[in-house]
Amino acid sequence: MKAKTVKPRVMTGNGAAAYAAMLCRPEVVASYPITPQTEVVEQLSAFKADGVLDAEMVEVEGENSAMNIVCAASIAGARVFTATSSYGLVYMYDTLLQTAGFRAPVVMVNVNRETPGIQAVSAGQQDMISTRDSGWIQIIVENDQEIIDQIIMAYRIAEDFNIQLPIMVNYDGYYLSYLAEAVQIPDQTDVDAFLAPLKKQPQRPRLVPGEARGCGTHGMEMGYVEARYKHCMALDRVKNHVDKIDKEFGEYFGRSYGGQIEEYKCADADIVIVASGSAAGTARTVIDSKRAEGLKVGLVKLRLFRPFPEERLAQALKGKKAIGVIDRSVSFGWKTGPMCTEIKSLCSKIGPVPILSYIDGLANLDINIPHIGRVIDEVAVAAKGKPYQEVTWIPMEEER
Amino acid sequence: MVARMMASAFVAEGKFVASFPMYGFERRGAPVVAFTRVDDKPIMEKTQIYFPDCMLVIDPGLMKLPTLFTGLKPGGALVVNSKTPLKSKPNENLKIGGVINATQIAVEEIGRDIPNTCLLGAFAAATGWLELKSVLACLGDYLSGDMLQRNLKSAERGYKEVEVIKW
Repeated sequence: MKAKTVKPRVMTGNGAAAYAAMLCRPEVVASYPITPQTEVVEQLSAFKADGVLDAEMVEVEGENSAMNIVCAASIAGARVFTATSSYGLVYMYDTLLQTAGFRAPVVMVNVNRETPGIQAVSAGQQDMISTRDSGWIQIIVENDQEIIDQIIMAYRIAEDFNIQLPIMVNYDGYYLSYLAEAVQIPDQTDVDAFLAPLKKQPQRPRLVPGEARGCGTHGMEMGYVEARYKHCMALDRVKNHVDKIDKEFGEYFGRSYGGQIEEYKCADADIVIVASGSAAGTARTVIDSKRAEGLKVGLVKLRLFRPFPEERLAQALKGKKAIGVIDRSVSFGWKTGPMCTEIKSLCSKIGPVPILSYIDGLANLDINIPHIGRVIDEVAVAAKGKPYQEVTWIPMEEER
Repeated sequence: MVARMMASAFVAEGKFVASFPMYGFERRGAPVVAFTRVDDKPIMEKTQIYFPDCMLVIDPGLMKLPTLFTGLKPGGALVVNSKTPLKSKPNENLKIGGVINATQIAVEEIGRDIPNTCLLGAFAAATGWLELKSVLACLGDYLSGDMLQRNLKSAERGYKEVEVIKW
């Protein structure tokens, strides 16, 4: 470890996100407040007012403008930051797609919340899931420290010359956004040193005021197709790059997270549970207690969701007797949850084992210890070749 | 906010904490429940608390909730903001009770009905889980100037004036 040791400080996930963003020295910040992200914007504004954040902060009337501003600033060569959630994310949908198409390396925090539908001010990953085909990199974190560390790593991923794509760092609203934990805020000099390689790479293409240049493909035929193809190839390169940056971060700061996925007690496991976000933390405790009872169960924490880490997942899940996937969102048109549906697409690589889909934690409901315990028990039964239920909405089966 | 301050106080004593509130819209005055976990090792679970060891009730009106004590562990503690003493043991699982008129102290010391810091002092005294100096040391992370001084006094009075009952 090269980083200076720092004294832990208690702060919320939102506070942690704002600190991390500040340490990365963004030049332009535009963000509109929305529950449960508001504190991120408040804290960044406070940093600006206190003179510790040397960024141009653009006050916007909504998220669509926020994304247009950071996208434009990014295309002009600036380092940018924004944060949103739910309604805000969908309100910027057109420009979200545009930002990805322009390959603008925007770093955005998305505090996961249910999307419009039946009104919703509650936790859930539906907002992130609804934008999974936007061309953005999407990554999901588990706790406040990982929020800080992943935002710092996000710049190394997005702004890498061989990537140049926007990245969305996701964390659970309420369960993490308001969670106060002791965290280590890295020293500014260490963050500067970790981000320094970005300065040594070639200058990425950018718009210079006064110099007329074409931008965009005008949306027709081969120019468009080639841009799409290169975009997809760049996304594919993200996978190994996420692993590499995570390793490098670990060597520098003494904390690493497994890169695309984290495998927890998977090596000798017969069955595996797949979870993401704050639920992965809870799942660890349940894995530990089930292991104490003699059950060989492991956890795969899905961190990178776009691009989908199919190679790493296939490796981790191959040879397992049954798999349970916990989704905090739904996939309209499929019975199984969205993450489960995608993991099922790995069947040709991992074999026709039972893959059980669990929908839980929607609309602020808790993915609690008994719920995860039940998932493990049922997956263990399925692993023995007994009949199982393919999809289970856990809250709908609970006594009320 | 009291849950967050409590978390800071425990961290000052070298503990690991995880604390979060649960509510929908951000509205002042709406009912809020907040959870705080404390441990000697890092805390992995990120769930609500269903079986608390201690309950801190900021609004005495909530004492009438029939489900208030659901899940309270045997040997549990209650610290409540109330101007009247507890007439009887409110729940059979309780072992420790702490009653403090935090609203009155807050009005006297801070000038407004913000009883949080007073209750935190009362919590430290009633449970014995925190030292007063840890409570006082953490308030500077959240408040400054005159407001800090007033809240320090409010917390100290909570610590000294809480009526502690052992059942």
